[in-house]
Amino acid sequence: MARSVTTQRKALTTVAAWTIALIIFFPIYWTILTSFKTEAQAINDPPLFFAFDWTLENYSVVQERSDYMKFLWNSVIIAGGSTVLGILIAIPAAWSMAFVPSQRTKDILLWMLSTKMLPAVGVLYPISLIFVKFDLLDTRGGLLVVIMLINLPIIVWMLYTYFREIPGEILEASRMDGATLKEELLYVLTPMAIPGIASTLLLNFILAWNEAFWTLNLTAANAAPLTAFIASYSSPEGLFFAKLSAASTMAIAPILILGWFSQKQLVRGLTFGAVK
Amino acid sequence: MATKASRSAARIMMAPAVVLLLGWMLVPLIMTLWFSFTKYLPLRGDSIERGLDWVGFSNYVRFISSSSFWPAVHTTLIMVGGVLLITVVLGILLAMLLDQPFWGQGVVRILVIAPFFVMPTVSALVWKNMIMDPVNGIFAHLWRFFGAEPVAWLQDASLSSIIMIVSWQWLPFATLILLTAIQSLDSEQVEAAEMDGAPSLKRFWHIVLPHLARAITIVILIQTIFLLSIFAEIFVTTGGAFGTRTLTYLIFQRVIDSQNIGLGSAGGVYAIILANIVAIFLMRIVGKNLDA
Repeated sequence: MARSVTTQRKALTTVAAWTIALIIFFPIYWTILTSFKTEAQAINDPPLFFAFDWTLENYSVVQERSDYMKFLWNSVIIAGGSTVLGILIAIPAAWSMAFVPSQRTKDILLWMLSTKMLPAVGVLYPISLIFVKFDLLDTRGGLLVVIMLINLPIIVWMLYTYFREIPGEILEASRMDGATLKEELLYVLTPMAIPGIASTLLLNFILAWNEAFWTLNLTAANAAPLTAFIASYSSPEGLFFAKLSAASTMAIAPILILGWFSQKQLVRGLTFGAVK
Repeated sequence: MATKASRSAARIMMAPAVVLLLGWMLVPLIMTLWFSFTKYLPLRGDSIERGLDWVGFSNYVRFISSSSFWPAVHTTLIMVGGVLLITVVLGILLAMLLDQPFWGQGVVRILVIAPFFVMPTVSALVWKNMIMDPVNGIFAHLWRFFGAEPVAWLQDASLSSIIMIVSWQWLPFATLILLTAIQSLDSEQVEAAEMDGAPSLKRFWHIVLPHLARAITIVILIQTIFLLSIFAEIFVTTGGAFGTRTLTYLIFQRVIDSQNIGLGSAGGVYAIILANIVAIFLMRIVGKNLDA
């Protein structure tokens, strides 16, 4: 018997859920709204929720004053590059662990996960030294590699949990039909693995985009991505709420949209397959 | 069955990931360990090329006996504990609410998850200025509306304010995972209890909560690991002032601001040990799941 729910109870739940959801979402809503106000309207008392003249001025000011596009481009290169590179390195590893497991597979997986637990601040100085030594400080390449490395364990894990769900019988069947390892990989495995790879790509792009320890500590003017760009607003100068809002909206909009697509994979990716 | 050839192929395919992670882990770790036993003040001319003086465990002793160590431990515990308490309790309640049927589930879910995708520097600055600013923030407007004196949140209630900001960021994560876990609860079991006339509090205590135990543990462990290294939120709001200096931030200041690498590295080793203690518990659970 399906649980019957009275309309009244459903209406009550609807009100409660929407109220809470709107409260949680409010800071984001408020930021987006404020970004279309003038600076004077942004600090108006009482706060303006509807009646104000919408303006795009803040967006052009932010772009002019601080070259937003450069930071955006850095974010895209660093987050995108580190994710693609990480996936290229992780696919063979996850494939072999999922399909040719040995006694050590579990230990290797857990060890990989443990490298993720290393507190970044504990190795900040060594990494800075290495960056200075190899002239990597404030370069996109250096940061890209670091972000790739901190996310590599998650990438391997996610791919592994997806690959493990591909039935081994199919591979055996293709092998019996005489498929070589290359053919097996290319024609049998890849098509089945693509959804898992896509979700891994998505989630890790988000994680890399939002990373805010190494990006703040290893970049200055040239390679700084959006996380560092926004941090420059921490010392306010006069009226700046509307500009801060415009800058923030531009920094989070791409990821909010991607994030909504990835919510199903989020649970699995961030619990290393322990909750599905 | 795996052949010998496919075994060695497998090893080769694993090699790049394993070698990279091994290097990423070992090289900086060994350097930090080495520095932690030396006097290393780059501003006073110490450098690796000229050789560092070995000072034994004195950095470790100094780090712990400094007057800022115990306050930092205290702050860290309150911050991590506070965020965990808020996100887990509210997360359970919210997950149970969202598990009920209601209109607009898809949109509500999206709204609730959204804060998780906001980068730390943005959420910290938006909260600091637009919400918590003592003159123009939304809270100040609200307080004045009810005739109260607005609060200078990040000065007078700095630690609670940061806990609030970080909880806002992590509540979606807790809710989403707990919701996933609740949805796997056998509804027949709940219905049976309902028909037997078990009151809802009892149903929650004896059926729902035990079912969630594993998910709650996982939320706590994963969040703890991330929360122990909270950085950007403190960096752009208080800069470690007003009693918000956590262990992570203290180490950061020792290394970057005072350029005392030996002392900072000793602190780093403490942080690594602390994180590993938490990590061991997480590994156990994840590892058990691998066997299943």
